[in-house]
Amino acid sequence: MAEINFTSLKPYGDTTDDGAVQLSFTLPVEPSAKAREAATQIVRGWGFFDVKVAHMSKIGVNYSLFVVFARTDRGIDYTKIEVPDLGGEKRSYKEIDKLILANVKRPIRVVGACTGYDAHTVGLDAILNMKGFDGDIGLERYKGFRTVNMGSQVPTEELIDRAVKEKSDAILLSKVVSQKDIHISDMRDLISRLQKRGLEGKFILIAGGPRVTHKMALELGYDAGFTIGAKPSDVANFLYEKMVERMDKGEAELPPGKKKRGK
Amino acid sequence: MSYASTIPLSPKKIARCREIAKSIGSEVARLIQANSTVGTERAVLRLLGFNEATPNDQGQLFPIANLICDQVKSQGRLHEGALYWIANAMIALGEDIPHLQEKVIKREIDIGSINSQDSKKVKTLANQLSKEAYQNLIRYRKERSQIAKSLKDPVKEKRPLKYVIVATGNIFEDVTQAKSAVLDGADVIAVIRSTAQSLLDYVPQGTTTEGFGGTYATQANFRVMRQALDEVGKEVNRYIRLTNYCSGLCMSEIAALGAMEGLDCLLNDAMYGILFRDINMRRTLIDQHFSRLICSKSGIWIMTGEDNYMKTTDAAKSGDQVLASQFINEAAALNAGMSKGQMSIGHAMEMDPNYEKVILMEIARAQMTRQIFPEAPLKYMCNTKYKSGDIFTSHAIDTIFNLIGSMTNQGVILLGMLTEAVHTPFLQDRSVSIRNANYVVGGAVGLGDEFGYRSDGFISTFAQNVLDDALKLLEKIDRMGIYKAIERKTFADVSRTKDGGKGADGVFEVERGRYLNPFFDLMGSKI
Repeated sequence: MAEINFTSLKPYGDTTDDGAVQLSFTLPVEPSAKAREAATQIVRGWGFFDVKVAHMSKIGVNYSLFVVFARTDRGIDYTKIEVPDLGGEKRSYKEIDKLILANVKRPIRVVGACTGYDAHTVGLDAILNMKGFDGDIGLERYKGFRTVNMGSQVPTEELIDRAVKEKSDAILLSKVVSQKDIHISDMRDLISRLQKRGLEGKFILIAGGPRVTHKMALELGYDAGFTIGAKPSDVANFLYEKMVERMDKGEAELPPGKKKRGK
Repeated sequence: MSYASTIPLSPKKIARCREIAKSIGSEVARLIQANSTVGTERAVLRLLGFNEATPNDQGQLFPIANLICDQVKSQGRLHEGALYWIANAMIALGEDIPHLQEKVIKREIDIGSINSQDSKKVKTLANQLSKEAYQNLIRYRKERSQIAKSLKDPVKEKRPLKYVIVATGNIFEDVTQAKSAVLDGADVIAVIRSTAQSLLDYVPQGTTTEGFGGTYATQANFRVMRQALDEVGKEVNRYIRLTNYCSGLCMSEIAALGAMEGLDCLLNDAMYGILFRDINMRRTLIDQHFSRLICSKSGIWIMTGEDNYMKTTDAAKSGDQVLASQFINEAAALNAGMSKGQMSIGHAMEMDPNYEKVILMEIARAQMTRQIFPEAPLKYMCNTKYKSGDIFTSHAIDTIFNLIGSMTNQGVILLGMLTEAVHTPFLQDRSVSIRNANYVVGGAVGLGDEFGYRSDGFISTFAQNVLDDALKLLEKIDRMGIYKAIERKTFADVSRTKDGGKGADGVFEVERGRYLNPFFDLMGSKI
């Protein structure tokens, strides 16, 4: 096997460092020799070379679909990339439920919302609702969680009120819309309002969204940030581990002592 | 052991399922007889022609139908029906409906506060108004079927209709996407609604260009898309069906608007609202009945939402609840006088693709459903649950779906998108999906007639077990009653209570002898 150059990591087609990529996109013009050339030049303009338009065909009226293969010589220094680790091992819903039952001994209480003007509940629903995502069922379905999904366009204050009322262990904030970095300012808003109300450190704070990264969430004062591809079980596992950690430190309400029943 | 073109399923058991479903429906029938909802009353107002809107205190357009309903409600007079008070106002003021509407818009009158007129006269007028409104619906229906007749109708081609969604949020952008889809080969266009519109207790007004994950269902948006599809249909000489969604708090109102604007199909299922949107069950079951009456007489196909159950449960094991629900849905539609040819009963291919023999199991389900509901234009939906962004595998799943849909002769196939779980479809996603379906559906015409099912084979046994389990489940539901059954997580593993959920305060008892809704009789309600 050829040596991989980790200081300039490139895509792989069939030869190390060939930089081969496949692209597909639509142009709002009819297929023609001119359209094909336009597609080639567009891809070249992005810094690719060896541009091959493998396919061009008509979609509806006035549109063309392109499948293009090309190469790039731009690598990335893989050794310098830092991504904070969310930690924890991958566990299934059943394993997590068992662990919560054994170690937390009561359902972990979670309140989630999309705050501000954000009306996109796709991410929040995928994590919280029964249905879940990609066959990974949502927190609502776990015995180990008691969830409240407040939905979209929830004022931050109402989210906090509800979290207090429900004696929540965790707050889930979902931010999909990211125009003008609104996701960041809404994430900050939750932190500063919690501080003002003296509720700092009271909840496990989790942010999620396509433009949210774990690194950015940590910087803003959250416990974790989840992005596209995160499964409900990932969030569930993180919450479980964090919960145990907080109980150990005495930061979270301890499990009810009398709950244990004799055989 | 023998081979036959159908799976051996006991006709006795199927008949028994239908019998029990009818019995389960009688509990809901009693509810509908004794109660109405604000949604149903607003639908009556819509049918009469109260379809304008007026700015509310916040400057947003607020439908007149809501305003009138609120006026009557706040005077405690809604138990007699909104229609009663419209007829009452018309007699008192000597105005026709357009003028009355204008006066309400200008806030010159309050329909709920007008002195009671002679009730005989009111009733006579109310009956006359309903009859006119009903005749209008029949006229829209005739116009629609004439347009359909003037073009080639894909329904007659013995292949599934290809159904795709558009969901840009902007009705005008939706038109571009829909027209392209039709030129590529789509037969049915579904305009996905804006997220959670099902929870709005009013229908937004006018054409809209901003939505979240979909486009608002409004009367004006219906009209824009209808016109576009009629145009492009003419161009390709194919009748293109338009679908929208009416499940939710405005179930019957959207049905009324859909009927007026020439929609062909409506997603229509109270269970969807109850289970997945936490809408009060009494509210939405009552609204469902009126919405189905409207659909029935307007030639609209109702599409049911059983496919959703499989998303919260293991689809390989939830066949019994899907089938049980389909029987219950069919019984409810029959109560609304619907023909079986209008019942686009829903199901889906949602089993875990990693299961061994999953394709056999899916064929069993699809074929079984086909045989149990032979006249229904079955709505068969592609896998969405096991799609996560791996567009290549997703496309492979879609291909198998198209093949199963074709060979088992489904009525409508809801084409899968390779970018499911990534974004609402791009133009190219939809195009690639239709290309796939064109290939498979065209290439597999008549495939189902060429092969037989082994009488003791895996597919037959699987289907028989689902039917057996569904029969047992229906018996259980009948014993406890539908409300208790829902409360006890019979469907989709979700529990809802009779009095819980959104919109419960919009349900009210009607006053026997005084309540007026002649549409029930006009539209042939069996309840």
